[in-house]
Amino acid sequence: MLDGERIMNIFTRFYYRYRRIIKAIQLFLIISGPGIIVMIADNDAGGITTYAATGAKYGYNLIWVIILLIPVCYYVQEMTVRLGAVTKRGHAEAIFAGFGSFWGWFSLLDLMLVNWLTMVTEFIGMAAALNIFGISPYLTIIGMCVVMGIMVLNGSYWTWEKITLLFCALNLIYIPGAFMVNPSVSDILHKGILPNFPGGLNNELLFFLMANIGTTIAPWMLFFQQSAVVDKAMKEKDIPWGKLDTFIGSLLTGIVAIFIIIVTGTVLTGVNIDDAAQASVMLMKTNRYIGTFMAIGLFDAGFLGAICISLASSWAFGEVFGWAHSLNYKIKEAPWFYGFYFFLLISAGIVVLIPNAPLVLITLFVQVVAVTLLPAALVFLILLLNNKETMGEYTNTLSQNIINVVIVVAIIIISSFYGVGTLFPNMFK
Amino acid sequence: MTMIKIQSFFSHSYAKVREINKKYATPNIEMSKWVKLSLLSLRLYLIFLLVLLLYKFITLVR
Repeated sequence: MLDGERIMNIFTRFYYRYRRIIKAIQLFLIISGPGIIVMIADNDAGGITTYAATGAKYGYNLIWVIILLIPVCYYVQEMTVRLGAVTKRGHAEAIFAGFGSFWGWFSLLDLMLVNWLTMVTEFIGMAAALNIFGISPYLTIIGMCVVMGIMVLNGSYWTWEKITLLFCALNLIYIPGAFMVNPSVSDILHKGILPNFPGGLNNELLFFLMANIGTTIAPWMLFFQQSAVVDKAMKEKDIPWGKLDTFIGSLLTGIVAIFIIIVTGTVLTGVNIDDAAQASVMLMKTNRYIGTFMAIGLFDAGFLGAICISLASSWAFGEVFGWAHSLNYKIKEAPWFYGFYFFLLISAGIVVLIPNAPLVLITLFVQVVAVTLLPAALVFLILLLNNKETMGEYTNTLSQNIINVVIVVAIIIISSFYGVGTLFPNMFK
Repeated sequence: MTMIKIQSFFSHSYAKVREINKKYATPNIEMSKWVKLSLLSLRLYLIFLLVLLLYKFITLVR
């Protein structure tokens, strides 16, 4: 009898734990999304090019930089989760309310400019990737605008998020690609894990370090995730799940970046790469499947970047202008929000199709304009997270402030050098 | 007809901008010395970048 009771107790406890775990996983699947999406979309067309060029130039030697950037991503983006869940405001609206209309307009207009320019680069990436398969840029741009339109027009944030998560899963295509090139694991561990500066800390290496760090945090990411948290109606009690979502996202973005470096570091060692499409073509000469994976990944990266960036702008304008601005609305209920979204998508797409458009100049200009917004957006983020009146128990703690201030100051300095280096290329030669 | 529509769009937008400026006229963050210092640093940083951009533009034009 006693034994039977004990067995029943063990069974009940096991079943209770099992139910708790299942419930926790279900809850996570419901709440997860903004963090994973923003982080994977961070590996956009520009990011893929940076990682591919880094691997080709320095092999596995700079993998440690990406590992260090994983917590950096997490700590910065985690603040947007708290701010969005507590204030129920997007970053643009929070800046207007917190710092007045001067800083508000500056951030909003600068965001629109940098986002639009970045979207042009995403379309360049998508068009170049599909061009490898013989699909004309016209078809790519029109087709993608239609697909991105269909994704938002169903009038449900949840549906949009789950479809976008599927595209995020496609971004993991670099992982099997890396296994197919048979890299030496001992080489990766030996060369890539410990901080080292191949060839000494010269200007070229410095530029690559800055490029990798510069692509880690982009201004649109702060605006996107905070607005997505608000649109998803996340509450204070959801913050721990939002943090976990962000942490998993930052791990995934780091893993994808590392695997891209492994692919090009194994196959294209010592080659100078100008863009990821060029790397795909080169990889195809070695192994058709790996090159194809690289091209599909580049297309997917541009697609995710474009959809998230255009939404970040539409949300920001909707918040400030007081338009209905949620993916849960139908087009009739939020015409300005969707109109602005399509205006950004279509106008950025058209630029790519204009013959002899200054696309290289636009790509370079993105870095410079981003440098004008990123420091302001990051500083506002920290100041808003220290406003006890609105943040209450979710205000930054002393340790969070120390970590975040160090990260933000480092990002500001490095991204500023990167932007200025783009403006004056001879500085790093 | 089109001109009237454009005119009405711009006047409506202007009114909206004025309304936004009025709504957010007073920052709701307490202007402590750290906040003031951060905003001042940001202003100086942006002026520095603006000067660099102007310099680049002038040297390109020349």
